[in-house]
Amino acid sequence: MAISIPASRPKLRQRLALRQIDGVTLLLLPALLVVVLLFVYPFAYGLLLSLRPKVGGFAANYIAFFTDPYLYNTIFATLNVSVPVTVLSLILALPIAFRVRLLKHQRLLTTILVIPITLGTVLVAEGLLNYLGPQGWFNRTLIWLGLIHSPIRLLHNYWGVFASLLITGFPFTFLMTLSYVSGVDPALERAAATLGANAGRRFWHIFLPLLVPGLAINFCLSFVQNFSVFPSAVLLGAPAGETRVIAIAAYQAAFEHYDYSMGSAIAIIMGVVQLLVVGLVLAVRNLFYRGSTTGAKG
Amino acid sequence: MTIASSRFDTLALQGVGRSFGPVNALHGVDLTIRRGEFVALLGPSGCGKSTTLNCIAGLLPITNGQILLDGKRIDTLPPEDRGFGMVFQNYALFPHMTVRQNIGFGLRMRGIAKDEAARRIEEAVRLVRLQGQEDKLPGQLSGGQQQRVSIARAVVIEPPLVLMDEPLSNLDAKLRLEMRAEIRRIHNALGATTIYVTHDQDEALSLADRIVVLRDGTIRQIGRPSELYEAPADIDVAEFMGFRNRIDGRSTKGENGLVRIEADGASISGKANGRIADGDAAVALFRAEDLTICPDDAGGIRATVDAVEYRGREFVGLARTKSGTVLSFTSETATEVGRDVTLSVDPGRVLVFPA
Amino acid sequence: MIRDTTIGAKLWSAAVWLLTGFFILNVAGLMATVVLSSLSTRWLQSWLPAGFTTKWYISAWNEFQLGNVLTVTFEIVFVVVLLSGLVGVPAAYALARRNFPGKKLVILLFLLPLLVPPMTIGIPLATVLYQVGLGGTFWGVVFANLVPSVPFVVVVMIPFIEQIDPKIEAAAHVFGANVFQLFRYVLVPMLLPGVLAALLLVLVRTIAMFELTFLTAGPTSQTLVVALYYSVFAAGVRAVQSIDAMAVIYTVTTLVWLLIALRFVNPTQIVGRAR
Repeated sequence: MAISIPASRPKLRQRLALRQIDGVTLLLLPALLVVVLLFVYPFAYGLLLSLRPKVGGFAANYIAFFTDPYLYNTIFATLNVSVPVTVLSLILALPIAFRVRLLKHQRLLTTILVIPITLGTVLVAEGLLNYLGPQGWFNRTLIWLGLIHSPIRLLHNYWGVFASLLITGFPFTFLMTLSYVSGVDPALERAAATLGANAGRRFWHIFLPLLVPGLAINFCLSFVQNFSVFPSAVLLGAPAGETRVIAIAAYQAAFEHYDYSMGSAIAIIMGVVQLLVVGLVLAVRNLFYRGSTTGAKG
Repeated sequence: MTIASSRFDTLALQGVGRSFGPVNALHGVDLTIRRGEFVALLGPSGCGKSTTLNCIAGLLPITNGQILLDGKRIDTLPPEDRGFGMVFQNYALFPHMTVRQNIGFGLRMRGIAKDEAARRIEEAVRLVRLQGQEDKLPGQLSGGQQQRVSIARAVVIEPPLVLMDEPLSNLDAKLRLEMRAEIRRIHNALGATTIYVTHDQDEALSLADRIVVLRDGTIRQIGRPSELYEAPADIDVAEFMGFRNRIDGRSTKGENGLVRIEADGASISGKANGRIADGDAAVALFRAEDLTICPDDAGGIRATVDAVEYRGREFVGLARTKSGTVLSFTSETATEVGRDVTLSVDPGRVLVFPA
Repeated sequence: MIRDTTIGAKLWSAAVWLLTGFFILNVAGLMATVVLSSLSTRWLQSWLPAGFTTKWYISAWNEFQLGNVLTVTFEIVFVVVLLSGLVGVPAAYALARRNFPGKKLVILLFLLPLLVPPMTIGIPLATVLYQVGLGGTFWGVVFANLVPSVPFVVVVMIPFIEQIDPKIEAAAHVFGANVFQLFRYVLVPMLLPGVLAALLLVLVRTIAMFELTFLTAGPTSQTLVVALYYSVFAAGVRAVQSIDAMAVIYTVTTLVWLLIALRFVNPTQIVGRAR
């Protein structure tokens, strides 16, 4: 028996096409499959796994984490290094970007700065182990200049991690800041000058309000990088002490104690803390003007 | 009217030059502007008119000469200390500030008291007819409204001089005519002194008291609109002023102070500009509206009609002479394409320059 | 742009350049340290090494089996680049050209893997991969690296495809191109520069991708950066110079690709498109 379709009703294919679902839209499927299989599924699996601890009730891992200072302090250890590095990078990047935007040939500088980002934290750590060491060039130069009398300790403590994050993090922040600063219509600065604003007031009244949304995004992306600090915290820091960051705790739980449930729980806490900070910054960003940064309509 | 220009008598540019590396964008510019004048800087793109304006505003440092305001050098002052008002081509409104904040920006920078500032902003808003739009952001306004805000922002600080950099070039044709009248009205209402940069000769002719024609970074001619229109100083200025027809030839002496040019088997008489001796190469220039069809036996220029366009009141045609020179002419009736015609022009309307 | 010429402005500018110079000097210093150390016979308690030799490169090559590691690294990187291109570009095309219900959610789904810390996704992912028997294998590492690189290609390619006028495709249809011809003669040539740039960026990023590879790699599926980490971690077992020689080899492999990539992309694109 044939099923009769009312004539007034368009075919499924047409109805889907009306909602812009057709052959082209289906090109999305392989990528979606990858993300679902390799990101969403493992993430959900990890979440469930973290709720089935080796001992105790479903929340035992989380309770253990937030009652053990050795574990929950890793959050503060991580924030303690990632937030200052991110803020310092931004503070340094802004004036430098303002200077560099006046240069005609920025390519050389941007190329030099992209090198430490590309090499990554592991290589920078290996370099710093020698460079910042008691016999390294950094300490030698300071002694030679007469600034210090004996080598200062920069490795296997907070400052080693700080230096390595700054070296990979600052160029990242700078390059993004530069693209935001270059995006502000130069005519606005000229207009403000003809209206009597000097360099400081042009920055304060014109550039800063227009840059805040971009700088907030910039802060978030840089923070995401710095918050995930792992190899340099192990190699250059004190992985059992002041730079015991949350990534180390997660790794140890999963791969040294073979407690995948606890490892997943810490990993998820790490993601949540990071998203909380990002969310907070983005919420503040919403209080500012976020439209175009040019002085004329499209 | 309390928004008024602060007083000055003359702004003088003396030998002003500006080079970008080896390129001379501006060279030996001498110009004196008096209080209350509306001066247009006119020229094709790249002629140095915007460079001149930016040098006066202080946005570009000059490399030669000096700029004097009532005899005092101002060319070393940064733009924020010159106190001129400027209207930019793309308006350059601060996108994160409301109309009111945009207009009030210059007053805020000058530390004007709040109620005084509010009063002057209100007045400026009324002047540019934007009442009711004060709390909108620039992005919510139309192009014409944005332009008005930009004008109000420049005049509210009561500048001795208002600088306008092609302020109408981003507007459509109808709005451009409206705003043109508006700009002149505001200039008159304030008794302001205005320097106006444009590449559009119509705009310059209709707005300005005096026009400065620039080309290749030098001043070619300064004069009242009628002077420029009737008596351009050289071939470039003439072509820019609408002398579209050009005939190259050899000169011979004519009667009554006129010179004759022999070309294409015809002879054209015209007023001589500059020294032209017998037999010199010379150029005759005249407008399309002065070239008309005449009877074949009147001894005009013989040409074949290539194209005819209807322009409402008259027809404008293109005709080609035997030697290939293309001339545009007007006629009251339609002319067939391909017809041979004889064209003539009143010697009083022809300019002859040495080639 | 306005250039200030007052003394204050000049001092400020000098300070800014000094700071930039200081930063670059330190980066150069740490890289020079690695290179010099890898070439030194002995380097203790002095500004420069006692003598120079190239023997550490040979010993590093043999001790760390760098031949194998490099082969594995490039196999992994090229498979990741190929797969992320094949999967990511069509998805970006669909997202750039169609507005379907739920598109925002899909875009969020592609953004999240780029925002979540690698550890957060790495630990559950490694657990899952070990459960299905892929943990520690070549394909396990490839899959782990697809997590950030497929979304990266999608996110980088969307604005690139959006700026190509869809009327060009319409015009090709009007002039009688079928789907294959449209693809062959119009889309591929127009998309090629963008795809090339995106894939070179994926390549550079995958060579340097540490956490995900570290968590999922086994002894036979280590990439160069993970091998370098282990040798630095176990410092004292091998000579410092040997580790530094390996670090130089890593640096050279990365920089060669970086320089190739920089011929096609702007340095700012390496940090991702900011919006």
